[in-house]
Amino acid sequence: MKRYFHNELSDIRTKLILIGEKSIEAGQLAVKGFLENDLDIIELALSLDDQIDDLEVEIDRAAVRYTTLRSPMSADVRLIFVAIKASHDLERAGDEAHSIAKKTRNILNRYGNIENPVHIEKMALLAFDMMRDAITCFVEEDIELAQSIPPRDKEVDNLNKENFKTLSDRATTDLIDTPTAIETILISKSIERIADHSKNLAQEVVYLLTGK
Amino acid sequence: MTPKTAHHPIIQVRDLDFAYGDTKALSNISMDIEEKKVTALIGPSGCGKTTLLRCFNRMNDLIDNARILKGHIKVSNVDIYGENIDEIELRKYIGMVFQKSNPFPKTIYENIAYGLRIQGVRKKTLLDEVVEECLRGAALWNEVKDRLSESALSISGGQQQRLCIARALAVKPKILLMDEPCSALDPIATAKVEELIHQLKKDYTIVIVTHNMQQAARVSDKTAFFYVGELIEYSKTDDIFMNPSDPQTEAYVSGRFG
Repeated sequence: MKRYFHNELSDIRTKLILIGEKSIEAGQLAVKGFLENDLDIIELALSLDDQIDDLEVEIDRAAVRYTTLRSPMSADVRLIFVAIKASHDLERAGDEAHSIAKKTRNILNRYGNIENPVHIEKMALLAFDMMRDAITCFVEEDIELAQSIPPRDKEVDNLNKENFKTLSDRATTDLIDTPTAIETILISKSIERIADHSKNLAQEVVYLLTGK
Repeated sequence: MTPKTAHHPIIQVRDLDFAYGDTKALSNISMDIEEKKVTALIGPSGCGKTTLLRCFNRMNDLIDNARILKGHIKVSNVDIYGENIDEIELRKYIGMVFQKSNPFPKTIYENIAYGLRIQGVRKKTLLDEVVEECLRGAALWNEVKDRLSESALSISGGQQQRLCIARALAVKPKILLMDEPCSALDPIATAKVEELIHQLKKDYTIVIVTHNMQQAARVSDKTAFFYVGELIEYSKTDDIFMNPSDPQTEAYVSGRFG
């Protein structure tokens, strides 16, 4: 029997998808701003942060309210817990996007363009594909897709390690100035964290769908 | 009667003291019940919630020695304990559903038609119309439409309870009082009654007494917590269950009372 308050659960699901979309958008804009040396795009990425934070608060409130007033059981309880955890992962991913945008802005404000000798674009493609798939497997309740996501994190980790080595070597030999090297290392690290959050999301969807 | 906004209080209780003989059951109760909302009265046994509910349609008049010591209750701005109040009319205006379903030992059809028949309605088409409308209103029509001439006692407990709600609707009340309407029902029948309550509040004001706090949280817009005859806290249901102001309310809703 569908109860009238089950719409409140649908609202939580919808908000979760929305915070996911916003978080991906913020991250992709931040990386695009980095790759294209475009401060306008960076500002756009920065402007999404408040919306993402607000959505996380809304989801948490709705989840606590639903737990208190609707006495959920079984899969509904899992959805509530996953909503709280996933919205936190997505908010953190949004924070990483914010961090990428701010560091890009710093470099651009110093030099007007960015020297990019590392795999930022490739990493970003992999990380945002993971995140997109994590949201898709939640929407479509696709366990196989969810289970396919965590192993993909390894490649992003490896690229991040490569980036670190390339940038620190170049800084040591003065091929790149140290502040830019450090900021680019941190940008690379942020993308690596976005992939980690996507992995967490996928694991949360597996828990939601299987209870394990 | 003048049209009212959705938030107009349809029941106003002021400074009400009520006693059974020498035993005071309610002390200094003041509260407004909003129109077309569900208001839940909660509290441990003996706290006075059912007594208050029964004050609203003067059911306590039937108990010897039960009396109001002070204060008043107005329903739609009329003092229901004032002079020239016809209790029968009052109870048509304010229907009641009890803990244990109590259908008349008649057919399903006659249970609904009874109230109209004693009002003198004889026209079969009108009676048919009202029976269908009330059974639909109580979300029971589809389950009993082919068994209208069977005994009301032949249907399940949950269906009987919804039949009693349908019967209450037949005399076109404005307010429905429900005294533990689900305590004798299984979870599915309970869910059906709760869904019904949610639908009925579009047209009726509902006051429900319940021991089931989860039920109060699910169905009501406002909740009043009573303890030993006093109204401890009355607020939006969200506030009562998520962040009550009074420590006694907090202790009760979180199961730490006593």
